[in-house]
Amino acid sequence: MNNSENDLSRHVIIANDLGLHARSASKIVKLVQSATSNVWIIKDGKKADASSIIDILTLAGPKGSTITITIDDQSDLGILNNLVQLIESGFGE
Amino acid sequence: MEHTVEKEIRLKGINVSPGICIGKAYLVGKEGVDVVNKYYISKDNLQNEIKRFKSAVKRAKDKLQEIIETTPEELRQHIHILETHKILYKDKMLYGKTIETMEKELVNAEWALKQVVSNVKRMFKNMTDPYLQGRAADIVQVSESIMQNLVGAKTLDIGAIRKRVILVAADLSPAETSQIQLEKIKGLITDLGGKTSHTGIIARSLEIPAVLGLERATHSIKNDDIVIVDGTAGIVIVHPTDQTLIKFEERQSNYEKYKAVISRSSHLPAETVDGIKLEVLGNIELPEEVVSVINYGGDGIGLYRTEFQYLSRRRFPNEHDLFDNYKDVVEVMSPGSVTIRTLDISGDKGLSYASDPDEKNPVLGLRGIRYCLKNPDVFKTQLRAVLRASAYGHVKILLPMISRHEEVLAAKKLLANAADSLDKEGIGFNDDIEVGIMIEVPSAAIMADVMAKDVDFFSIGTNDLIQYSLAVDRVNRQVSHLYQPLNPAIIRMIKHVADIAKTNNIEVCICGEMASDPMNMPILLGLGINRLSMNPQSIPVIKKTIRSLNIKDTALFVKDVLKETSETGIMEILQHTYGNILQDIGYTD
Repeated sequence: MNNSENDLSRHVIIANDLGLHARSASKIVKLVQSATSNVWIIKDGKKADASSIIDILTLAGPKGSTITITIDDQSDLGILNNLVQLIESGFGE
Repeated sequence: MEHTVEKEIRLKGINVSPGICIGKAYLVGKEGVDVVNKYYISKDNLQNEIKRFKSAVKRAKDKLQEIIETTPEELRQHIHILETHKILYKDKMLYGKTIETMEKELVNAEWALKQVVSNVKRMFKNMTDPYLQGRAADIVQVSESIMQNLVGAKTLDIGAIRKRVILVAADLSPAETSQIQLEKIKGLITDLGGKTSHTGIIARSLEIPAVLGLERATHSIKNDDIVIVDGTAGIVIVHPTDQTLIKFEERQSNYEKYKAVISRSSHLPAETVDGIKLEVLGNIELPEEVVSVINYGGDGIGLYRTEFQYLSRRRFPNEHDLFDNYKDVVEVMSPGSVTIRTLDISGDKGLSYASDPDEKNPVLGLRGIRYCLKNPDVFKTQLRAVLRASAYGHVKILLPMISRHEEVLAAKKLLANAADSLDKEGIGFNDDIEVGIMIEVPSAAIMADVMAKDVDFFSIGTNDLIQYSLAVDRVNRQVSHLYQPLNPAIIRMIKHVADIAKTNNIEVCICGEMASDPMNMPILLGLGINRLSMNPQSIPVIKKTIRSLNIKDTALFVKDVLKETSETGIMEILQHTYGNILQDIGYTD
């Protein structure tokens, strides 16, 4: 994937066995809490608010599925990079 | 006249509080939150309503945080779901959406929350992954705890009852019971609970007919159904026919007449045939009950349970509030004595602001004197209030849940501190106040000889003593039949305590349910008990029973009782020797 450190949008493959379940979603939410603007997770055309566990769960993202994370504001790039790292590392599970 | 086609249904439960009442059913939802009312909020009130919602969320979240913090390190791994719950409280889809709904539709917080939750539930239901489907449960749990805080913060819907009804509930917690406006309640029906459950005690002390332990009452009865509650027989009749109604109206008036007859003689002293006078006292929970103790001919208050003042509010009462209450009771009862039992918070009567919701075994946990010694500030506030009230009449202090001698010493030390502090402030009190202990834990009964050296009186709390000695949970229907006051082990234990009290020349009183059953009188009198404390309405019949007994005979009778090896044997000789007397005083079970 051609991700660049400065894109507002990044593609990630979910690496952990359980996928986007409650525990991993809550880790995402915790990171996103400090964002200045909106952070979105997109999967199969469905868009979820990354600050809501409930919304993330409704995406139903199992292991191996690709998701896109999008930020609305440049200043949240750091959070975006951390999110990508978190998901790629399999949420440290 | 409205004609119903519904068939008459009879339900059998446990007769917990005597009397008959006929009225309309009012169902209380589980936790009081099943029934969510919808109402509209004016624009001006919207911000307040949102604030109410936010503070309910905060309280629920704080509570959860407390649970997380008190979970031991080694279990932390397993509570990650609680961490998720904590974040869910503020989740946009739940928190944000609820506030949005309130703003858009101008509806109350409960209704908005309910709407939002059912939408989320629907969303999860449509998912294919069973794990994700299951997550709906997390959201429901979180939202229910918010709902409880919402409903509790306002008034539980029990508190809002306007007409006189028969209350039907799955179960009532003591905290809930304390919120009921009792003058609005004709009768009480619950699925759970038994004779000695808290609800039962309250119903009896307020003379509300009650049948508990019906198991499926909440399924068989609908709101506004006509219901007959026969608390004497333990029967509930739903949709009664005209004939049934007539029959029970007649029974109701007979019961009232019987009550009137028995209370007329209630002011005669409790003097046995051979001229021994006993002291018959009342147990109370609410200050207002003093009046019924006096009306029923009680000589004083043998047990003033003080938990109610702590239960009916959101934080600990202050010294002044407590003092006011105690002083009222003491002044009204004077010159009769008032025995004030210090705070006995237990699992059964947990205070939301001071309890550990995860306590597995609350009756064996931090309660009574244990709680007070661990929270000396709370204890000292109460001790000061009791001491101050002692300047206005005859007050005694009773310490609950004593299981070790050191507890007596520690409590007395705190009492001395409280007395000193009052002295320094120049506030009056009785510096020779009598201090007694509850004998309700078997270890205290066994160590009674040691305890006797440091106290002025014993009060045997038979409810807990029986429960702890026989290892029977009196609320558990599976084993509640094993809860037998006349079990030979119990009689021996009471004898042991009574004998020690006599040798040490200190008073001994029985203040459990056991003291309110005429059937037990020949044995208790024979064991040398001369003070009994009970729910006020039992006083007349107990006094009448005492007037028909002869102490010398009962002492001889007890010798035979002590030879028996089972409660069945004891019941048999009781029937054989005293059956006539008990029948004469109109005692039927």
